[in-house]
This record gives sequence, C-alpha cells and structure tokens, in this order.
Amino acid sequence: MYTQSMDIPEAGADPVAASRSHTPMLEGNAGLAPQTRFDAVIDADGKIEPQDWMPDAYRKTLVRQISQHAHSEIIGMQPEGNWISRAPSLKRKAILIAKVQDEGGHGLYLYSAAETLGTSRDQMLDALHAGKAKYSSIFNYPTLTWADVGVIGWLVDGAAIMNQIPLCRCTYGPYARAMIRICKEESFHQRQGYENLLTMMRGTAAQQTMVQDAVNRWWWPVLAMFGPPDADSPNTAQATRWGIKRISNDGLRQRFVDATVPQAKVLGVTLPDPDLKWNDATQQHDYGAIDWNEFWTTVNGNGPCNKERLNTRVKAHNDGQWVRDAALAYAAKQKARAMKEAA
Amino acid sequence: MTTAQTEWPLWEVFVRSKQGLEHKHCGSLHAVDAAQALQMARDVYTRRQEGVSIWVVPSSAITASAPDTKAEFFDPAGDKIYRHPTFYTIPDEVGHM
Repeated sequence: MYTQSMDIPEAGADPVAASRSHTPMLEGNAGLAPQTRFDAVIDADGKIEPQDWMPDAYRKTLVRQISQHAHSEIIGMQPEGNWISRAPSLKRKAILIAKVQDEGGHGLYLYSAAETLGTSRDQMLDALHAGKAKYSSIFNYPTLTWADVGVIGWLVDGAAIMNQIPLCRCTYGPYARAMIRICKEESFHQRQGYENLLTMMRGTAAQQTMVQDAVNRWWWPVLAMFGPPDADSPNTAQATRWGIKRISNDGLRQRFVDATVPQAKVLGVTLPDPDLKWNDATQQHDYGAIDWNEFWTTVNGNGPCNKERLNTRVKAHNDGQWVRDAALAYAAKQKARAMKEAA
Repeated sequence: MTTAQTEWPLWEVFVRSKQGLEHKHCGSLHAVDAAQALQMARDVYTRRQEGVSIWVVPSSAITASAPDTKAEFFDPAGDKIYRHPTFYTIPDEVGHM
C-alpha cells in the first residue's frame, strides 16, 4: 500500500531489470513493427499483458517501480509491527495484526506482478537485501508512541491511497490488477487509523498531546512521500507517456493536502505548517516548503531507521532459510515416495 | 545453486467467489506443493471471504496461445459477423427476439 514517486534511481546498474535479456517478438500483425503496435495500444489507453512485446525501457521501469513498491509493503510491516505486542487492547491488537498481514499480502501481489516481467522473486529480494533496491522513505522513520500507529493509518496510508488509485489504470495489466486489489483493502487501513486517533482525541489531555506530537513528526515526511517536485522529476514525462503515471507528484501532493486539512479539523489536531492556508484564487491550499535535503538523505540510506529496517529484513530472511529448505526437501520426499508407490 | 533449485515453484490461483460463479484467475504465488499452495492462496487471496473454493495450478502446466501469432490464431472468427444476432434485420413489429 505504500508507494512514493517511484522514479527514484537505484545505485549502479539495475540487477533486476538487467536479469532478463528480452527477445522482441517477431511481428505477426499486418506488417506492423512491434513498437508501432505497442504505441497504438498505449495511445488507445489499452493494456499491455506479460507476453506482449514491450520496449525494454518500459519493462525496466515497471520492474523497478513494482519491485520498489513491493519492497515498501514488506518493509512497511516493521514500523507498525513494532506495536503489535503493545497494542492497548485486544481489539486494537487484532486490527493491527490484520493490517500488518495485509501489508505482507500486498507485497506478495506486487512481487507476483513484477515476476510476470521476467524477474525472479529471489533477484528482487537480493537487490533489496544488498541495499541496491529502494523502498518508500517513509518507513525509515521510527514509531515512538501508540499514536504513531494511528497516524500511519491516517496519513501514510492516506497518501498511499492518493497515489495508488491512479495506478489502478496503469497500462500494464498485472500491475493495474494488483493495485485494484490493494486499493480495495486500503480503505480499512486509513479508517482504522483515523478512528484510533479520534478515540485518543476524545480521551485525556496526555492522549491528545500524544496524537499532536505524532502528527507533528509525520506530516512533513508524509508530504515528501509523493516524491520530488515535478521540476525535479525527469522521468515523469516518459512514465506519463506510457500510462504508468497519471498524475504528477505535485498534483497528488496537492490533492492529499486538500483532502487532509478538513480531516485534521474534525480530529482536532493542528498540521505543523504555519504557511498552510486556503487560497481563494487557486481554490486549493498553499503549503510551506518541504525539506528535500532530508528526503534525499533518507532515500540514500541515512534516515533515522534505514539500517535497522534493512538489518531486520535480512535477518528475518536468513532466519527463515531453514524453513524454506525444509519445505522444499519435504515436497521432494513426498514426490519421490508417490513415484515409488506408483512404480 | 541456481535460482531454479532454491526458489519455490510458481502456482496460478483461481478463486470461485460464490457458489454458482466460475473460478476466476486472481494471481499467483510460490509454494513447494499443492497443499501448501492452497493454504497460501487462502491467506493471500481470501482474507476477506472473497472465495468459497480455490484451484491452484502449477504455472508450468499452463499452455498459452502465442502472442506473436495472435492475429492469425484468432483470424478465423474475424470475418464471420453472421455469428452475431445484430447481423440480422427483423421487422420492428416482431418485437424482441
């Protein structure tokens, strides 16, 4: 459920996309070159399916974007998972477990979609574990209090929804289908977070302070989730041409701000931006300058929790190696036994 | 070891959303065998009661029509518009037919 502008370049060569040398299909359609047919589909706002010919750059962009998105989902399990054992009630604990399980599920939908482009699950995980693949910068911030769990649902998932709804119309069929499934589940995430915060805001002064503190810490990193300003997003034009990106980073950010301001009012919290105000002329909210240095510092591995997140992920993967091996060995043994009985 | 030896095989998942409807392809997953694939499909694709029945099929068992012969392959149906009801003009007084 979490994606930021996924035109974040990755360090060095892209091992994932480079993994498959794609053989263009010979055309079989009235003498049209594959590129011409591809362009016609894109122009008609049609869909590209896994076996269709596609330009290498289209494939590469999708592999990078979908795998970064998948990594974001599974890394995103950590900040909230941090609070499962300390949820304030059984009800909240059950809700949080369900939400974190959803995040894992969303990662699986997306890895599957990326695999249809000819990259393997192992290659994608290797790139993540080696620090070559990016994931959403938002998950490199810590969850210090229980209110952070609510704010992640309200703001982080809210921002993700804003970004993901246009992706449901992406020209690549498997990605669009995965996004439709994800968006259906995402609404629960945002609503549970908001309701959690509402409950706290109706509670004690200490609870209200806790919510406001969490909002103060998350607001700016959430705005940065939409990615660099349009002027600094050189890949946006191509991604838009391909029907992968439908709305620019700044456009999505503006929609998010406009949607969130009234929600904050109902909640009774202040958004920590003195420049945030309604602009009658533009019929939208103006907001203050985002600290892009902080964004790039975090994207490039030096945010508050980058090392912890990656180490936790690698450890979980390594600790699970024997389970994966045992399952394979068991399946092989069962198969051998069945063949022996049949013989 | 190569990827092929360490990665769990890929399965395609089909879910019947309710009694009376067909199974519909909904995605894929990795599992070591059919029983595990079914369990994982339940957890990945039916967390909100989206299904009453699941099929799992090894992806390698699926034979697909070749995309590069799409035109020729489906061509035989292309010029047979008389297979559609709208090909026939029926007087209005006949009513719905």
